[in-house]
Amino acid sequence: MSNALITLLPSVVLEGLLLGCVYAMIALGYTMVYGVLGLINFAHAEVFMVGAVAGVEVYRYLGPLVDNPYVLALAAVIIAAGVSGALAMAIERLAYRPIRRHGSSNRLVPLITAIGVSFFLQDLVRLIEGLWHGEFYMNYPASDPMEYLHELPFGMTIQNKSILVMVVAVSMMVGLDRLVRRTRLGRAIRAVAQDLPTASLMGIDPDRVISRTFLIGGALGGVAGVLFGLLYSQINPFVGFVPGVKAFTAAVLGGIGNIHGAMLGGLVLGTLETLGGTYLFFLTDGAIGNEYKDVFAFVILVLLLLFRPQGLLGRAQGEKV
Amino acid sequence: MSALSQAASNEAPLLELREVHAGYGHIHALKGVSLDVRPGEIVTLIGSNGAGKSTVLRCISGLLAPRSGVIRLRGMEIQGRQAHEVAALGIGHAPEGRRIFPKLTVDENLDIGAYLERDPAVIAARKQEVFMLFPRLAERRRQDGGTLSGGEQQMLAIGRALMQNPALLLLDEPTLGLAPVLVDTLFDTLKLLHAAGKTILLVEQNAWHALRLAQRAYVLETGRITHQGSAAVIADTPDVKRAYLGGD
Repeated sequence: MSNALITLLPSVVLEGLLLGCVYAMIALGYTMVYGVLGLINFAHAEVFMVGAVAGVEVYRYLGPLVDNPYVLALAAVIIAAGVSGALAMAIERLAYRPIRRHGSSNRLVPLITAIGVSFFLQDLVRLIEGLWHGEFYMNYPASDPMEYLHELPFGMTIQNKSILVMVVAVSMMVGLDRLVRRTRLGRAIRAVAQDLPTASLMGIDPDRVISRTFLIGGALGGVAGVLFGLLYSQINPFVGFVPGVKAFTAAVLGGIGNIHGAMLGGLVLGTLETLGGTYLFFLTDGAIGNEYKDVFAFVILVLLLLFRPQGLLGRAQGEKV
Repeated sequence: MSALSQAASNEAPLLELREVHAGYGHIHALKGVSLDVRPGEIVTLIGSNGAGKSTVLRCISGLLAPRSGVIRLRGMEIQGRQAHEVAALGIGHAPEGRRIFPKLTVDENLDIGAYLERDPAVIAARKQEVFMLFPRLAERRRQDGGTLSGGEQQMLAIGRALMQNPALLLLDEPTLGLAPVLVDTLFDTLKLLHAAGKTILLVEQNAWHALRLAQRAYVLETGRITHQGSAAVIADTPDVKRAYLGGD
């Protein structure tokens, strides 16, 4: 029994890292927006969902025309990035910026607006998909090359689509890290996050930088939507909620506002959740099954926050954002 | 000196404030402030804590919109514009409390000062000038701004504003919290900037130093200008001596 558990371990960790990649990509959108605005953008879960839906539409309309499943997946990734990025920018422009302009000092106002936007988008997508295709439950089609299983050492196996998910996620995270650390826009984003009024004294237009931040975070979220769809295949207009809350948890776990923290938090949460979901089942003889993995994820969060309230990579002192 | 200030007084002002009123909420911080800064001048604005000195600078650089009054840069009205637009017009503001970006390196803090300049060669040349003025910053260039000492942060704040190559440099209490030796060094540096033709509006509590450096001065008391004129004359005014110079 215990031997079986140990042989299982590498596969479970691999599975967890895959899920963690998706969480990390979504978490980046939460943490970047929090960094520049101090706002928890709960509508980001729906930006992710819209990315997943945009991906399905790409498969629906380009699928019959394109044979190569990788080309198709990359097309879905690129289009979802564009759609979700534009959506996130539009949300900021139409919902958050007017509130910011009126200078309401109450932080609950934008938060509640975010929740409102979230509900609005869920029902909007349901309506559109319902009118367009007559139903709002969607599937990412499986293709044989994507499902192909590679044998790895230590009894691990990995599907082609999982490799694709990892490659896309890792390259986007590396790209983001470069952008934030090395480019003029990245410096401006960090300056606005650290001290917005002083950044504006340097000639940086804060609204423009905030808008770009939503664009980048939204695009990452949209890509995460497609990756989620590729991994789990079934999606619907309400599919954003649970991954959204998990990714927010990952962002807090890593230290909200910290980009590397969001990446780390996503991977840690995905891995621990998958480990917990798998092993609790065996250790309790099935009394606590995989359906408790969500509970497990939040128990981790509560425990971490008890001992390290600033998150894994957060600064101990209240950082000015 | 007198011939020079004569010449300066005939020139059109670079910056003009006319009857500027401003405040925060119910606080009426500025009650009709008028002042001029001419090209190449160092003008100092002195006054006690809470007199509204920083508020004057915040109105000029667009961090605070005045309630009424006019602010002109090279004859163009700029009051109420957003700070990033004012920066693009050529005003550099080293704000109160230094406001270094703590988690950007010294290099990055300076680069962000030159945010509006796209030419890497120009940025590099400006950075060299800043390092000539403040060699200490060159030694610390890879360090995070937040890890610098107070004096180094002040150098960085001024250096960052100079990276904008501003037509007008606003300095808010650059000597606050500095050791006396550093205060002298800093005023020497400001003298160099003046010799290089920079126009500076300097807000200071250290009136003795400021009045020796500046050509003209304004005294601000509870939101109103109470004295103005050549710095030498202001330094000799009995009221000013008593209140700000600790004299008889």
